[in-house]
Amino acid sequence: MSSSDFTSGVIEMGHGSGGRSSARLIEQLFLRHFDNELLQAGNDFARFEVPAGRMVISTDSHVITPLFFPGGDIGSLSVHGTINDVAMSGAKPLYLSAGFILEEGFLLADLERIVISMAKASRDAGVPVVTGDTKVVERGKGDGVFINTTGIGIVPEGIDIAGDRARAGDAVILSGHIGDHGVAILSSREGLTFNTTIASDSAPLHTLIAGMVALCPEIRCLRDPTRGGLATTLNELARQSGVGISIDESAIPIRTEVKGACELLGLDPLYIANEGKLVAIVPADAAENIVAVMRRHPLGGDAAIIGNVVTDAHQIVVMETAFGGQRVVDWLAGEQLPRIC
Amino acid sequence: MKYVDEFRDGLTARLIAEQIRQEASGQREYRLMEFCGGHTHAIFRFGIHDLMPENLKFIHGPGCPVCVLPAGRIESMIRLVEQENLILCTYADLMRVPAGRSTHKGDSLQKARARGADIRMIYSATDALNIAQANPERQVIFFAIGFETTTPPTAAILKIAKAMELKNFSVYCNHVKTPPAMAHILASGEARIDGILGPSHVSTIIGSEAYAECCHTYHTPLVIAGFEPLDVLASTLMLVRQINEGRAEVENQYTRAVSKHGNEKACALITETLEQRALFEWRGLGELPDSAMQIRPEYAGFDAEKRFSIDHITADDIKGCICPAVLRGVSKPDACKLFGTACTPEDPKGACMVSSEGACAAYYSFGRFR
Repeated sequence: MSSSDFTSGVIEMGHGSGGRSSARLIEQLFLRHFDNELLQAGNDFARFEVPAGRMVISTDSHVITPLFFPGGDIGSLSVHGTINDVAMSGAKPLYLSAGFILEEGFLLADLERIVISMAKASRDAGVPVVTGDTKVVERGKGDGVFINTTGIGIVPEGIDIAGDRARAGDAVILSGHIGDHGVAILSSREGLTFNTTIASDSAPLHTLIAGMVALCPEIRCLRDPTRGGLATTLNELARQSGVGISIDESAIPIRTEVKGACELLGLDPLYIANEGKLVAIVPADAAENIVAVMRRHPLGGDAAIIGNVVTDAHQIVVMETAFGGQRVVDWLAGEQLPRIC
Repeated sequence: MKYVDEFRDGLTARLIAEQIRQEASGQREYRLMEFCGGHTHAIFRFGIHDLMPENLKFIHGPGCPVCVLPAGRIESMIRLVEQENLILCTYADLMRVPAGRSTHKGDSLQKARARGADIRMIYSATDALNIAQANPERQVIFFAIGFETTTPPTAAILKIAKAMELKNFSVYCNHVKTPPAMAHILASGEARIDGILGPSHVSTIIGSEAYAECCHTYHTPLVIAGFEPLDVLASTLMLVRQINEGRAEVENQYTRAVSKHGNEKACALITETLEQRALFEWRGLGELPDSAMQIRPEYAGFDAEKRFSIDHITADDIKGCICPAVLRGVSKPDACKLFGTACTPEDPKGACMVSSEGACAAYYSFGRFR
C-alpha cells in the first residue's frame, strides 16, 4: 500500500469512500497513533469484558474555531471533554470511541497533528480509543474537522453523584482558576488581536475525582463548568436540586490576565468556558478534607470552597461581591458578546 | 488586578457611602441620572443601590449606543445586505438588537445572518478595512454606531480608506452626540433630574468643557464619573454636595483620563471626515437637531447612504415596549408589561434588553429578584 502524503496532501472525497484510500488513511494515521489491541483487531466494533456494576456513557461533539489554540487543540479537547463528562458521575473512564467528519481539502498534516495530540491525551489519561469512524464531506460543508467522542466508564460501588442531590447546608467547591480556556480561545481567534500568555486549562479530571470520591463517597454533585462557565453550572445545579446557591466573589480564583482580558472585552469571567475545572457540591463537614486532597493533585492545586447551598424556592445563585454588595448571578442569555464602549 | 482593584475596594466604598448618607440626610430627594449604560451596569453589578440612602435615586439615561439606534436604521441594513451580495461588518452588541416589524417579525442582524446574509461581527473598525481588502470583488459596509467614544476610529478608517483608494468600502454612519441628547432630556422636563453622572469614555474624547453650556442653561450639576464603582460613589457624593450648595457646575471626578478639552487630535480627525447632521432620529428621544454626525462631502465616495441610496425607514417598535420611556428616564424597566415575560435577554423585544449596558438587561440580570 502506498503511503499518504502527510506533508502536503489534503483530504479528498476518496478518503471517506470506504475504498483503498480510506483503508490507507485508517492504517497509516488512526491505527498507527491510537495503537491498541482492541483497535488492531480490525472490526467495526470493540469487544471487551466489563465488571459487574453500574456503567455510564457520555458523548460530546467538538466543533471549535480555531482548531489549534494555546494549551491544546480539537484533538486533546475531544479526549478530555468526554473523559470529564464520564468522570463527573464519579466513574472510572474505561474506553473512548472517536468519529471524525473531515472536510474535503483539509490538510493531512493538520489532521495528523490533531490525531497525534488526541492519541497522546488518551495515552496520558489511560483511556484508549478503541473504535472509530471517518467520513468526508464536500468542501464548504464542514469546518475542517469535527470530532465526536463517546466514553464509557464504571461507577464504583456506593457512589451516587447527580445534579439533583445538593441540599441546603452543603459546601460548594471549585477546583481552580476559571476562564482560562475561553480567554485562550478568544485570544487566538481571527479578528481579535490581543496577546496573552493564558493557555487553555484543557485536562482530564478523572484521577482528581478518583481521589475525592475515595475520601468522601457521599459527594453529592460534580460538574465541569464548560460552556456558559461557572455561573451556568451553578444555575443548572440549583435548578436540578431545587435549592439556592450563595457564593463569595473573593473566594473564586481568577488569574489577573483573565480578569484583564475580560475587563477589556466587557465579558464576565463567571460565564467563560473552562475545560479542566470542576464544581463539587459536598457535605459541609467533609469540605475541608476534600479540598486538602484536591490540593495535593496537580489539577486541584488552587481548589477552594467558594460558597454554600441554601434553601431558596426561587433557585437563585447569589454572589457576595468583593465590593460589599450582593449580585444575582443569572443564567447566560444568548452568547456573551463584547460590549461596544 | 492593578488599576482596577483599587477602584473596587469595599472598605473605601462603605466610607464614601456613609458620607453620602450623612450629607444627603435631609428631607429632599436626590434624583441623579447616570447618562451612560456603563454606569448603569456598574451600579447593578456591584450592588451600589444597596449602599445608598432611601432618598437617593438613580435614573437611567439613554447612553447605551445600541439602545438609541432606531429600528429603521437596522431595518435598512438588513434589506440592503439581503438584496446585494455585500458584506456588512458591525460591532457585536448590535447583532441582537430588534429591527422593526415591517418584514420579518422580531428581526435582527443575527437572524438575518442565520438566513444567509454575510454579516460579520468585528471588534475594531480596522477589521472592516481588512475585510474589504481581502474581498476586493465584494462591497463591504461598516455599520458604524456609538457615541463620541467610537467616532474617532470610524473617522480614522475613512481617512485610511481614502488614502488607499479602496473602491469596495463604505461606512453607514450612525454616530451620535452626547450633549444634545442630554440637553433634550433636561429641556423636556419629563423626568425630574437633580444632577447628572457624566459619561467617562465619551468625555475622554470631548472633554469636560463640552457640558458647560448644558449645565448652565438647565441649572443642573454634572460630575464626570469613571466606570469603576468607587468612581460612581465619589461622583455621587460630589453631586450631592453641589445640590446641597445650590451649585450647577461641571466637575470632573475622572481626572485620570478626562481633561478640559478632551482628545484634541481625535476631535480634529472627526472634524476632518465627519460633519454635523441636521436631524437624526433617536430611539426614544425622537428626531433631534444637530445630534449626530454624517460623512463630509469630501468623503462621499465612502458614504454608504450615498453609494447605495439608502432611504430613511421609520420602523415601529414592538407594541407594548416602553424602551422609549426608559431611555428618557421617565419609566423604570420593570414597569413594562413585557419585562421578564415576553422580553428577556434571550429573546429581546426592545433594544434596552439587548446590551449589558441597557437598563432593562441590567434590571433583568442583576435586579429582578430584589
